[in-house]
Amino acid sequence: MRRTTKLVSPRSRAVQELPDLNLAALGLPMLILTVLSLIVLPTLIGCGGQSTQEAEGDQNTPFASTYAALPSEPTLIVGATVLTGTGKLIENGSVLMQEGRITAVGSNLSAPEGARTIDAAGKWVTPGIIDTHSHLGVYASPEIAPLSDGNEATDPNTAEVWAEHSVWPQDPGFNTARAGGVTSLQILPGSANLFGGRSVTIKNVPSRTVQGLKFPGAPHGLKMACGENPKRVYGEGRDQAPSTRMGNVAGYRMAWAQAVSYRNKWHDYESGKTSMTPERNLQMETLLGVLDGEILVHNHCYRADEMAIMIDVAKEFGYRIASFHHAVEAYKIADLLAAEDICASVWADWWGFKIEAFDAVRENAALLEKAGACAIIHSDDEREIQRLNQEAAKAMAAGQRSGIEVDEAVAIRWITLNPAKALGVADQTGSLEVGKMADVVVWDGNPFSVYSHAEQVFVDGALTYDRNDPSYQARSDFELGIMEQKGVIQ
Amino acid sequence: MKIARSILRPVLFCALFCFAGILSISPLTAEAIAIIGAKIHTMGPAGTLANGTVVLNDGRITAVGTELAIPTGARVIDANGKIVTPGMFDPYSQIGIVEISQVRQTVDGVQSNKRYSASFEVADAINPRSTLIPINRIEGVTRAMVAPSGNVNGDGSSPISGLGSIIHLGATEGFLVERHAALFVSLGESGAALSGGARGNTLLHLREALEDARDYRQNRQRYEAGNRRQYSLSRPDLEALQPVLSGRRPVVARVHRASDIEVALALAEDFGLSLIVAGGTEAWMVADKLAAARVPVILNPIDNLPASFERLGSTLENAARLHQVGVVIAFSTDETHNARNMKQLAGNAVANGLPYEAGLAAITLNPAKIYGLDQSVGSIERGKSADLVIWDGDPLELTTFAEQVFIGGRQIPMVSRSTLLRDRYLELDRAMPPAYAN
Repeated sequence: MRRTTKLVSPRSRAVQELPDLNLAALGLPMLILTVLSLIVLPTLIGCGGQSTQEAEGDQNTPFASTYAALPSEPTLIVGATVLTGTGKLIENGSVLMQEGRITAVGSNLSAPEGARTIDAAGKWVTPGIIDTHSHLGVYASPEIAPLSDGNEATDPNTAEVWAEHSVWPQDPGFNTARAGGVTSLQILPGSANLFGGRSVTIKNVPSRTVQGLKFPGAPHGLKMACGENPKRVYGEGRDQAPSTRMGNVAGYRMAWAQAVSYRNKWHDYESGKTSMTPERNLQMETLLGVLDGEILVHNHCYRADEMAIMIDVAKEFGYRIASFHHAVEAYKIADLLAAEDICASVWADWWGFKIEAFDAVRENAALLEKAGACAIIHSDDEREIQRLNQEAAKAMAAGQRSGIEVDEAVAIRWITLNPAKALGVADQTGSLEVGKMADVVVWDGNPFSVYSHAEQVFVDGALTYDRNDPSYQARSDFELGIMEQKGVIQ
Repeated sequence: MKIARSILRPVLFCALFCFAGILSISPLTAEAIAIIGAKIHTMGPAGTLANGTVVLNDGRITAVGTELAIPTGARVIDANGKIVTPGMFDPYSQIGIVEISQVRQTVDGVQSNKRYSASFEVADAINPRSTLIPINRIEGVTRAMVAPSGNVNGDGSSPISGLGSIIHLGATEGFLVERHAALFVSLGESGAALSGGARGNTLLHLREALEDARDYRQNRQRYEAGNRRQYSLSRPDLEALQPVLSGRRPVVARVHRASDIEVALALAEDFGLSLIVAGGTEAWMVADKLAAARVPVILNPIDNLPASFERLGSTLENAARLHQVGVVIAFSTDETHNARNMKQLAGNAVANGLPYEAGLAAITLNPAKIYGLDQSVGSIERGKSADLVIWDGDPLELTTFAEQVFIGGRQIPMVSRSTLLRDRYLELDRAMPPAYAN
């Protein structure tokens, strides 16, 4: 039975020292370095409005991350079965976390002086779970119209909107997702539009503001949508374009062509060819960000043939697709996705709710893995995000049953390192490797078992959830008072 | 797909290259089968047998126990190291009345004709060749309540949705196990939306309907002679409510909020209804009252978010708390296409405090109990329909799959549209396009 939960006592977010990191050695792209330099600074000062310094370059990085890791202490986890996320399983393994980073992974590590030791004998340790597809905060619980902020379904192209401006940090779903081991997630706009807008990648810690959630240095994503939804919303719903799949594709191409002209306009201005400052266009800025490789495309696309079309649209305009989402038919073109190095974010078993989801197979992720493609299990759902480990387990078992060689060490990547790659943060998180953020989950058993729970969840080395300690079970403001009876067994 | 009324050849024989047409293979009728060596969760008086034998003959279970003599001529299936359970029974589904949820023409669970509410039935719309049937039965779903929906995308015209029927998933003929097995109604927010925007209207609507049905029963002749006041319902609806008034036909009320459940209990008391709660997110808050009234609850045990203002009390421990005070519980996914995931729900409930056997009962025996069918299905007992599953491990585990499924004694071919697609695309580097693969 659930123990009575107490309020988490408000803890001041102590000023954290910047982890001693050689960012260049971590191989971070210049982009991330630049962004980091702008956003890490304010995080040092802590939140709570005590900041005396303003981040520079606000115009270039508006709504900058103010994320600050929660308080942590050096912690050594010992005796666990460790899935590293890099394809390795270490029996009787240890993971050392110091100053928010993973500083050692192996077996027989000894605790540095002053470090807390967690005896995890019989337990499993994995990287924090990462979801490439969530609408937490933009389609929050309760699911009521005033909190429905995920689809700016007023025009087929709303590349100018940013999901982070819709995110309600008090969505109780963030806490339940954390209890499922989720340490990072991408929050996307919905799929009503061809261009839904910018996504935001967050670290899953409680925060009063969305800026306090934003994953430092993570690139924005651009949500694009194929298929039924845009043509239904606009064609069927409003008798306007697009009303067909060819209308969808024309819509993408016209927008990209416009983005190319917009880029040329700025090039001409910057190279002194023209002296008139071009007018800022927020919609075009997002598309330009994609063309410049700074914003990653996340493309809702179910059908194999449509994914192939989208790959060619990307080639025509010179951008990359980071991941297809809801790629129910990805298995049909697993070879193509592998060759193009495009991830496919899929469900373990959702099917049949629409015709483009009719051809689902349980082996989708395993078939992608077999072809050497980047397979990801995503949620798109506030309940499923709480058990992505279970979804990965089902997908793994289905693969094994079909003779595809996938084990826990491989399948854990579908919910850790592969999503990190798709979100452009694989240099920072997604696996248990020295130098990476200490985003770590201790499970009370094999995470591929239905009976296992995330027992402790660390984000940047800080304990953010403990199944056995109510003082580490965060609850949103929304839950207070009206949910109080939950702890009372009648 | 076509499934003959017969035992079909196991899929193993047509692993890669079988055609959909092969799903109707040569009939073998009334074969006697003995499954030996398995751990059997009978869910019946025999309990759990470590090394049990179950004998099937003529569609029924003829013996279950340990150290049983195997009847002469019986086909023996060695299930050593396997686990056998009764088939899963989805207590609340739309299997057979929906193919693609968003293709309205394939959805027969909801209607907007105001003339019919209580009498609206789904039975004759059930398609036993639906792709949902093989996809779910090869993973262990053998029976289902096929229920009308409440309010879907603006369709729906009354808080009284109509009559559900129970099917088995084993054949294209004779699949209807019980026509009109229960009446479905909506209370709470969805009921209010279907009756003028307020909970009060829903209750007025239901009470008036039941009172009219009662009056109709007492004054049928006068009604037929046109000598009775106008009723709020059509004659077919009044007829449909007669078994409800006598308590023979249960009423499944979709209801979440604790106070709405209490109102449903009061309504049931006033009219002598045999009530079943479906949804029941806050049922744990009124668990004692449900137990006292012997009202079972169909729920999704992974609901733990305040999805609406009538579900603020959602908790992963709903199932465990209800079971603890003796409420009969059964589990259903909210997703008909994936009824097969009932076992995952049970596993999660067990992970959150429900005893293991109770978790298994919630997807096998209890649905049968709830609909009064536990004399014929729901457990592995002599005389009951031979609906059972051989699993390759703990059925509630995520990594466990059904190896063989029997429905009414017939061995189900382990093929579905989904497995055929998988087989077609298992190898991508064929000389000819996949369209030629199977």
